[in-house]
Amino acid sequence: MSTLTLGKALNAGLRKAMENDPKVLVMGEDVGKLGGVFRITDGLQKDFGEERVIDTPLAESGIVGTAIGLALRGYRPVVEIQFDGFVFPAADQIITQLAKMRMRSLGALELPVVVRIPCGGGIGAVEHHSESPEAYFTHTAGLRVVACSNPLDAYSMIQQAVASPDPVIFFEPKRRYWDKAEVDTDAGAADWTPLHRAAVVRPGEHATLLAYGPAVKTCLEAAGAAAEEGRELEVIDLRSLNPLDIGTATDSVNRTGRCVVVHEAPVFNGYGAELAARITEKCFYRLESPVLRVGGFSTPYPPSRIEDHYLPDLDRILDAVDRTFAW
Amino acid sequence: MTIDSVRGAPDTPKVAEPELVQLLTPEGERVEHPDYPLDLSAEDVRGLYRDLVIVRRIDQEAVALTRQGELGLWASLLGQEAAQIGSGRAASANDMVFPTYREHGVAWCRDVEPLKLLGMFRGINHGGWDPKEHGFHLYTVVIGSQTLHATGYAMGVQRDGVLGTPSAGATIAYFGDGATSQGDVNESFVFASVFNAPIVFFCQNNQWAISEPLERQSRIPLYKRAQGFGFPGIRVDGNDVFACLAVTRKALENARTGQGPTLVEAYTYRMGAHTTTDDPTRYRLKAEEEAWKLKDPIERVKAYLVRGDLADAGFFQKIEDEAKQITRELREACLALPDPEPLSMFDHVYGEEHPLMTEEQEQFAAYLASFEEEAAK
Ligand SMILES: Cc1ncc(C[n+]2csc(CCOP(=O)(O)OP(=O)(O)O)c2C)c(N)n1
Repeated sequence: MSTLTLGKALNAGLRKAMENDPKVLVMGEDVGKLGGVFRITDGLQKDFGEERVIDTPLAESGIVGTAIGLALRGYRPVVEIQFDGFVFPAADQIITQLAKMRMRSLGALELPVVVRIPCGGGIGAVEHHSESPEAYFTHTAGLRVVACSNPLDAYSMIQQAVASPDPVIFFEPKRRYWDKAEVDTDAGAADWTPLHRAAVVRPGEHATLLAYGPAVKTCLEAAGAAAEEGRELEVIDLRSLNPLDIGTATDSVNRTGRCVVVHEAPVFNGYGAELAARITEKCFYRLESPVLRVGGFSTPYPPSRIEDHYLPDLDRILDAVDRTFAW
Repeated sequence: MTIDSVRGAPDTPKVAEPELVQLLTPEGERVEHPDYPLDLSAEDVRGLYRDLVIVRRIDQEAVALTRQGELGLWASLLGQEAAQIGSGRAASANDMVFPTYREHGVAWCRDVEPLKLLGMFRGINHGGWDPKEHGFHLYTVVIGSQTLHATGYAMGVQRDGVLGTPSAGATIAYFGDGATSQGDVNESFVFASVFNAPIVFFCQNNQWAISEPLERQSRIPLYKRAQGFGFPGIRVDGNDVFACLAVTRKALENARTGQGPTLVEAYTYRMGAHTTTDDPTRYRLKAEEEAWKLKDPIERVKAYLVRGDLADAGFFQKIEDEAKQITRELREACLALPDPEPLSMFDHVYGEEHPLMTEEQEQFAAYLASFEEEAAK
């Protein structure tokens, strides 16, 4: 057991993955000597060498495109996109190539590529450094999309993602990089929650909060506040967005009868729309009120001085909970 | 001085008549080039001639099948046979080829059944051959994407530590003149250069990207771009199968022995339409096509064979008959290709279990079955 930040847990997970399989490569801008702008790959190049921890040219399509080629040659590249807003130059390679090559080859080709994306806001950054692009990628068949929210998951999920034979888009909540928790680094795959299982991170009976990534912690805080007023909110960390563990979510909503979805991305056409539609379809007769959504606005991510208003916070979540009870 | 955005600046150097490597003139005369010695037996030349004729016939058959509504689309290689057969025959078994969608001649050299290519354009699947088995990747429709896959693959070969040994393989990426404007192609040049990747970039400059002429893509001859990225570029007569073979062979050997990338620009011409949906009479002059006809890649090999008394009428007849036979069988097999099962669209999307895929597949299967139950009543 050691106490690790989420960032250090990712580092430890990557290190384990590289130790276990010599075919695992880490590549991206500044991932070598610098250890990445968030230091997630800190020390890896020193220990595994420049051939396995590759400082690439500054070209996102190039990074993902060459990672595809390396995977075709039998390697397992873990690609770092420096910030969420910079994944778009690589979006073509991810969507038209990475996601589809297995199907195009009728299963003859395997692309075990992980694309790590530090995501979300809350760190006072300039524009293009605080976005939540998950809906673009969950809309594309052939990709697996996951989001970690705490150190233990960060440690285990990154290793599971690397082990997957499919391409995985791996979202890391950047404002939670410094959150600490106990992580059993001796534990192995058998001890971990499967990559595509959601987790009930706080049980409750009155309403369900569905969240993932950076919003999970906010939801836990909201549930803590609600409990003081006598409302027990169940908080579910989806962990995997595609595939989605809808069963864990519907079990909960069938018990509580109320559901609020929380994410940082704009609500309109966001991932929450998919959740709301599925919950409505599957829990129609058990719902006491419509599924509500709390998230970012339909604006570009705002300047950081007002980002606190854009990001769903305790009050906006609790307000939505109140509304589900007012129905 | 005003810059004319239509014609470019007045002092724009027109893409000049190229200085190119040529080993066989349009009249079928063998010429030597100091850097590219090529020793071919009569048997070798007859083999190349056979390849050229057969791929042209397959291509013509595919065009005909498209006209008859049997294929959804076809991108003809007419005029580009020498570039493809020359470079394709230069590649050895360990090499890996990353094509676009027009490399039917290279596919032929990699023993990919022509029927598989037709299947893709007929809409049977998006590929259908095993890239690993043939050392021939899937066709790529998004312009330029595959150059990065090729570069990454070459970086993998490099990491395998085989360069300079007999088991080393090089990677060769095909693309067109239009593709050189794409970011991915330029990014692949950067990656290949800074990592000294064992790759050959093979650009078939067929002068046109659908209706856009070369002048819309570049102000300088394309092979000169390589210099700006830090590796050699060479222009070869793309209608000369000998020159394409020799130049590509050398570039591949350089890659295999750790000497890094090369850009080969095969200067050629697309004699047909871009694809079967295109109408080249809207954007180019007949005279241009006529001029290129005189450089036909097959006629010059035939002239060489005849001049040197290396083949007789019987040989040419035999090849004709063989090509006819192959295309007849191809046509029959194409018409007999069954449509895939509707439910197969769910196959191979993921390698690992994916509940949504399973759920939708089961629901759709039940839906389809309901019609059969209805009909049985
Ligand atoms: C990214 C992208 N943009 C547009 C197209 C549509 N398109 C298909 S082929 C083509 C022209 C390609 O020209 P070139 O690279 O010279 O190759 P050629 O077909 O002449 O061999 C275009 C614009 C495409 N397939 N991909």
